[in-house]
Formats: sequence, C-alpha cells, structure tokens
Amino acid sequence: MIKLQNIEKVYRTSSIETLALNNVNIHIRKGEFVSIMGPSGCGKSTLLNIMGLLDEPSKGTVEIAGSTVDKYQDKALARLRNEKLGFIFQSFHLISDLSVLDNVEIPLLYRKGSARERRELAQEALEKVGLSNRMKHFPKELSGGQKQRVAIARAIVGKPEIILADEPTGNLDSAMGNEILSILQNLNKEGATIVMVTHDEAMAKRTHRLIRLFDGTQVTDSVLSTNLATGV
Amino acid sequence: MILNYIKIAWKVLLRHPFYTFITLFGISLTLTVLMVLTSFLDHLFGTHYPEGKRDRSLYITRMMQQDTSQNGRNMGPVSYKFLKEYAKTLKTPERVGISTMFGFANTYINGKRIKLNTKYTDADFWYVTDFQFLEGKPFNDQNIANGEQVVVITDDLRKQYFEDTDESVIGKSIDIENINYRIIGVIKGSPATRPYTYGDVYFPYTAPKSNYQGAGLRGGYMAIVLAKDKTDIPAIQEEFNSAVSRIPLPGTENGFKFHIVKVEANQYLDDFISTFFQDADSRKAIFYTIIGLIMLMVMGLPAINLVNVNVSRILERASEIGVRKSFGAPSRALLWQFIIENIFITFIGGLLALLLSFLIIQLINTSGWIAYADLTINFNVFAVSMGVCLVFGLLSGVLPAMRMSKMKIIDALKA
Repeated sequence: MIKLQNIEKVYRTSSIETLALNNVNIHIRKGEFVSIMGPSGCGKSTLLNIMGLLDEPSKGTVEIAGSTVDKYQDKALARLRNEKLGFIFQSFHLISDLSVLDNVEIPLLYRKGSARERRELAQEALEKVGLSNRMKHFPKELSGGQKQRVAIARAIVGKPEIILADEPTGNLDSAMGNEILSILQNLNKEGATIVMVTHDEAMAKRTHRLIRLFDGTQVTDSVLSTNLATGV
Repeated sequence: MILNYIKIAWKVLLRHPFYTFITLFGISLTLTVLMVLTSFLDHLFGTHYPEGKRDRSLYITRMMQQDTSQNGRNMGPVSYKFLKEYAKTLKTPERVGISTMFGFANTYINGKRIKLNTKYTDADFWYVTDFQFLEGKPFNDQNIANGEQVVVITDDLRKQYFEDTDESVIGKSIDIENINYRIIGVIKGSPATRPYTYGDVYFPYTAPKSNYQGAGLRGGYMAIVLAKDKTDIPAIQEEFNSAVSRIPLPGTENGFKFHIVKVEANQYLDDFISTFFQDADSRKAIFYTIIGLIMLMVMGLPAINLVNVNVSRILERASEIGVRKSFGAPSRALLWQFIIENIFITFIGGLLALLLSFLIIQLINTSGWIAYADLTINFNVFAVSMGVCLVFGLLSGVLPAMRMSKMKIIDALKA
C-alpha cells in the first residue's frame, strides 16, 4: 500500500545541513495499523509527511497504492491526496470559520459530487465518530476530544484507503486518547490502512507493527500482531 | 463550492472588523469617486435633455484664422453669415440649427433685477434640439420673417418673472432691456453644463442686439448639424470640409490678414476636446491617455494598498491553505477560492459605493449647485462600475492568492 525506498531527507539552510531521514525503507501492506515511535526530532513526522505527499524526499522513491509519485505534478498529487489519503493532525487543524459539518466536507469539495451528496457523506462520517449532534457547532465550541473526532471524520469522509495520523492523541488526556485510538482501531477493522506517529508506548502496542526511528534512521521494525483486518 | 467560498469570505470579513473596514472603505470610496465622476462625465458628454439627438449631431462652434507665418491667429465663434453660406447649404444633414453662444441681459420685476442668459436662434434650433414645451410653442420661420418680437423662456424665468401664477403666460409680455417681447413658449430649462443649448430666454436671431448681420467669417454664432442617421456623420464632415475649402483665401477680417482657416464640424466630445488640443489626429489619443492615467491613479493606488491588506489577511490563513491542500485542493482551486472571495468582498464594496453614489448624486441634483442638474446612475455607469469592481477584485486578489496557493503544505500547516 505504501512503499518507501532509500528515502533521504535533508533540510538545508545557508549555513547548515540537517539529515532528517537517512536511507529509510518501509513497506506497509494493505490493512496494516502501523505505529512509528522515536524521540523528538528523530524524523517521525517528516517520514509521515513524506508518506502523505505533504513533503518531498531529497532522495528515494515513494509509492502509494501502486503509483510511484516522484514525477507527479501539483494536480496529480492533489488528486492522490484527495482519493487515497486522509490526515489526522495533532493540533486538529480545523478551520475555525466553518461549522463542524463544513469542515468535514472539505475533502469532498475537490472531487465530483453534488452538495447534497457531500452533506450526506459528511453526516455519515460524523455519525461514525459519534458527533452527529454537533454538526452545526463551530470548532471553538468543542472539547479537544471532540475536535479530534471531527478531524477523524474529515479524514475518513472521502473513504481513503490510507489514514495518516500524526500524534492524534498527543493533545488529549488518556481517556480521550483511548477513545480516539478505539475509533482508529475500528476504522482499521473496516479495512483502512493506518500509519500513526506516537510518543505513547501503550498506544503503539495496540497496533500491528511498530517502527522505531532514531536520528533519522529506522532502528527496529517489529510485528506486534499478525491479525490484519483485510489480509495482505 | 462557490457557496462555500462565499461563506468563508463572509466569515473572514466578520473576523477582522478593522481590516474589513479598511478594505471596504478603500473600495467603496474609490468606486464612489469613479461613479460620481463617470456620472458627471456622462452628464457632460452623454446624450441628455435637451440635446437628446447628440449622438447624431455635429457641432460647428469655432473658427481659427492664421497667417502663413503662423505667428498670428484669431479664434472664436463663427458668424451667422458663414453658417448660412457653408452649413445651412449642406445637402447631407437632416437639419442645421443656428444659435448664438452666450449672451447676457437684464430684466426687472418689481424693481428687482433678474440676470438673464440669452440665446438668439433660428427656427431650426428648436428642431435639432428637443426642448420640452410646457406652454406654447417655439417661434418659426414665419415669426422670424415677420420680424415679430417674440421669445421663448424657461420655466425658471417664468417662475421668477410671473411668480407662481397658474394661468398661462403665453401672449404676455416681458420687458428685456427696455423692449417688450411677447412670450410664445415656455420650456423646461436645461443645465448650464450644456452651454450650446443653455439659456433663460431665447430670441429669434433677427431680434435687436443679435449681431447677425456681421459680414465677416467670425461672429458670435454656432450651429448644430443634425444627421439623418449616425452613419451619415463622416459624409457630412466631408461635405462641410469640402465647402470650407472653397472659402476664398487669403482673407482679411478686422484688419487681420489670414491665409489659413480652420473650422470643423465635430461630435460633442470631439468638439470639447478640440478646445484644448488643436491637432485633430492626436487629440483623441492624448485626451484618452490623460483620462486613462487619472483612472489608473484613482484605481491603482487603492488597489496596491488592497494587495497589502490582502496579503496579510491571506497570510494568517496559511493553516487553512495547508489543510485544504492536504485534503486534495490543487493550487488552482485555492487560487480561485481567494479570487472569488476577493471579488465577493469587492462587490460588497461596489454595492456600498452604489448606495453612496446614489446619495451624492441626489444631493447634487437637489442642492441647486447646478441648475437643472440631471445626474443619474444609468445602466452604463453601473456596468462600468461593476467592471471596475471586477478589475479591483482581480488586481488586489490575484497576487497574494498566487503567492499563497504555491506555499508548501508543510510550511502552510506550521504557520
């Protein structure tokens, strides 16, 4: 589903060169729930951003759902992000001027479909995360956990095959964090491939596979459970 | 999608009342100035009462006489004799009306002096213009041939001279400069901004003090040449130029010997421009360049300012750009979003400007600063203003939108 080969990421300023990722090779299969761990600044988020086509590697190739993406133009990359990927960010990144329902509809704005279809799909996604009673609310009227559930609804509304979550429980208390992880587990059971960056060992242990990074290098890749949702 | 953009634009407007005020103030003030200016230009140069046939009229208003060394020149209105010989004889026009340029006289009522703007005209003057007669009728060739001392007055003069009498004033007499004239018609007056038709009292050209008997080419007269159809205008100009080329040269007038005579039959705007720029070939270009530069100044400076305001307003929405891009918005869709938002905001400014312009124009019309002012926001002015709105929206929106839509997702999300 996601194949990274010889990925290297270098950040350059006029005086300094920082190697954020060094020769990373990862193959994530369909239906896997993978967690990525490592100390702060080890390149976890950079790796996730490269998988999500939010950032470009300095070297190496990225393959998403069978397509190699190194030569894609803006429009093709946008389509791939829209159709195949869903993002959940640590700080939610909801648009404060839009209602919960409008926020969830965002991915659908960039594909074909009527306003009515968009509305129905967004309502369905919000029901799935248990927020159908908050559709007309605005982000500032929600708790952290509710905001993250809206963000999850937005990530799944377009029914992407891959969900990328960057510390989705990082800003939440443990009860709320558990709730969010349960939602992600359910989504995984329904067939979504999920890659999650986390600092929380307990959370990571509830996924199928754990990849550890240190100083931009992949140090371990351990399978925690072989019980995949939809096979290989 | 567009509804979504407009919804966001509205929220953005409400989010920062100060930015919104600055933006809308800039847009609406500029557009108001433009609209009032356009309306005023339309008032000056458009086809309006009593020159409702201006679009198919040519004006012969002045003549220039020059000697060969081009050191000496005389310029001014033409004589009645010249117009009778060279304009009245034209075959192509439908009719040629002759009148004097400006004149002044006094009349007294109950010891109070009323200053009058006078015009001496022939009968065709009433044909080439479309004055509305509230009472009576214009004088005709017969009245003139009979040497009748008749006048047409405006409703304003009627009100001043006869006060608010309800009975007809036709047949009553008015004493102007110690001569009694019989009132033959009362017209709805015209604004002073239409000098070729404006007046308080209109005499037949044969009335005393009209000076129509002058033998020279120059005098105090002008003509309005009415074409049967707009398309005849070039043919009439050609015919007139050909007639003028037969003026015997060199000639002498008031002791000045001239070898060159320049006199043109121009449409109203051209006639106006020709008072400032002599050269017939380049004057239009110069005039439009000047107008264009003024418009650019009026529009350009606020637009640059708006770009600034917009850049900072869009910059603080970097995170939104990041989110939209993450979920599949191509750069072009974002570019459109910001352009549509900007156009929406500009149109709100446009509507405010329309309201403001309407109020200002009403104020000008009712204040009496210009008698008989009839400034309007007509469809043309409105269309021009909306066009300007669009240019504004694009000018002030495209640049920041382009910059922002190309922002890297990762940078946008971190902002």
